[in-house]
Amino acid sequence: MTTQQETQAPAFPFHGNVRPVINEVLHAVDRLLETSEATTIDLASLPFGPGELEHLEATLGKGELSAKLDALGTSRIRETAFPGVWWLEHRNAHDEVVGRYLEITRTPEILSSQDADIIAGRARLEDQFK
Amino acid sequence: MKKRPTVGEILQAKGVSRRGFLKYCATTASILALPPSMIPRIAEAIENTRRQSVIWLSFQECTGCTESLTRSASPTVEGLIFDAISLDYHHTLQAAAGDQAEAARHAAMEENEGEYLVLVDGSIPLGNLGFSTIAGMSNIEMLKETVAGAAAVVAIGSCAAFGGIPGADPNPTGAVSVMDLVTEKPVINVPGCPPIPMVMTAVLTHFLTFGTIPDLDKHGRPMTFYGTTIHDRCYRRPFYEQGKFAETFDDEGAKAGWCLYKLGCKGPTTYNACATAKWNNGTSFPIEAGHPCLGCSEPNFWDGGGFYEPLSTGQFDSGTKLAGAAAAGVALGVAAAAAGRAKQAKFTKEG
Repeated sequence: MTTQQETQAPAFPFHGNVRPVINEVLHAVDRLLETSEATTIDLASLPFGPGELEHLEATLGKGELSAKLDALGTSRIRETAFPGVWWLEHRNAHDEVVGRYLEITRTPEILSSQDADIIAGRARLEDQFK
Repeated sequence: MKKRPTVGEILQAKGVSRRGFLKYCATTASILALPPSMIPRIAEAIENTRRQSVIWLSFQECTGCTESLTRSASPTVEGLIFDAISLDYHHTLQAAAGDQAEAARHAAMEENEGEYLVLVDGSIPLGNLGFSTIAGMSNIEMLKETVAGAAAVVAIGSCAAFGGIPGADPNPTGAVSVMDLVTEKPVINVPGCPPIPMVMTAVLTHFLTFGTIPDLDKHGRPMTFYGTTIHDRCYRRPFYEQGKFAETFDDEGAKAGWCLYKLGCKGPTTYNACATAKWNNGTSFPIEAGHPCLGCSEPNFWDGGGFYEPLSTGQFDSGTKLAGAAAAGVALGVAAAAAGRAKQAKFTKEG
């Protein structure tokens, strides 16, 4: 007979750089629930060995919601399997990754319509029907 | 003087949305290693900053630094050139040549007196001024003339920052660094052979964004990128703590990705951002490819002892003792690294 723990693949088989990020996410989720404070973790600033970033992404999984943004290159914004934990990946016009972040928040700011764009859009709409 | 547009105006004219701009600011914060909470301040600063005139001088160099810069993905060098900086002079990248090129340099100096940035790659020969000339001018003459009206100077690469390979023993051209000659203006050193593309663009971006020189270490390097050692942020560091070392380049330890300390890795005494910023658009860095760090962003790295000689040589008399010492714990590991640093400091002093 095997225990549940034994049947699982080694949780972090690489160099041990994924678990600290998961711990940081857990603390950030606690802060979000307790004080509504959002947290952004810049994955480019953390050391990852070969395969570890992919391992982190697979560990967090995919949730219900994902969005694609076309502005100065493509960005993908995806809620992970853990609500409130979002995976953001920004690419430039050459489709090269320029930033990867974990945002622990209810809605990432970049998904919200921005006032400057709303004002410009309203002006365009009005002009069309002049 | 013609009023240059702000970066915000340029982006607006290109139809970049506020959302796109926020994305740009988020990646800028990332490359400056600033916390995301700084994004609103960055957005405000970038919107209002004017295009920065940049003059790039190339002296005793191999063009590797320019090759590196043109592979910058974040932001792209094209983005920097067209949106945020006006690269008014650069031998390799500019279309103009001869008198036309020199006229462009003089025009940029005149129009942006006191405000332009000078970027220099390559060391400056003092042994014989004829060793390296451009448009009939010696390197030192061109450096002094161009720097006179600059806001600041950025020494790109280890040759410009510390003399580099041209300055290595026996230094046949009498090569010196930019900071050996420029004492009246702020000098930012961005060493590396070559420097990480992102680090070069980030230094420019910092100046554009905040109009200030970033915090520098004792060697004039931005603390943001040179504040921790390669070893501090190496993904193989856990193996160092466990005393697991590759003994040769093809043993089981090497295949398992163990620490390269005993193969001469200079990570513990080398301050740079390779372990996190990485190379080739974030693909990997030398240690990830299985090779020890050479310490190329440190002064006199070429003369600092064998590339494959462990830093602890002289501290430990056998590999067995070294492994045992590392296994004994972090404290001793740190002591070994400190001893290595002391050894390097000795080289630096003598160099």
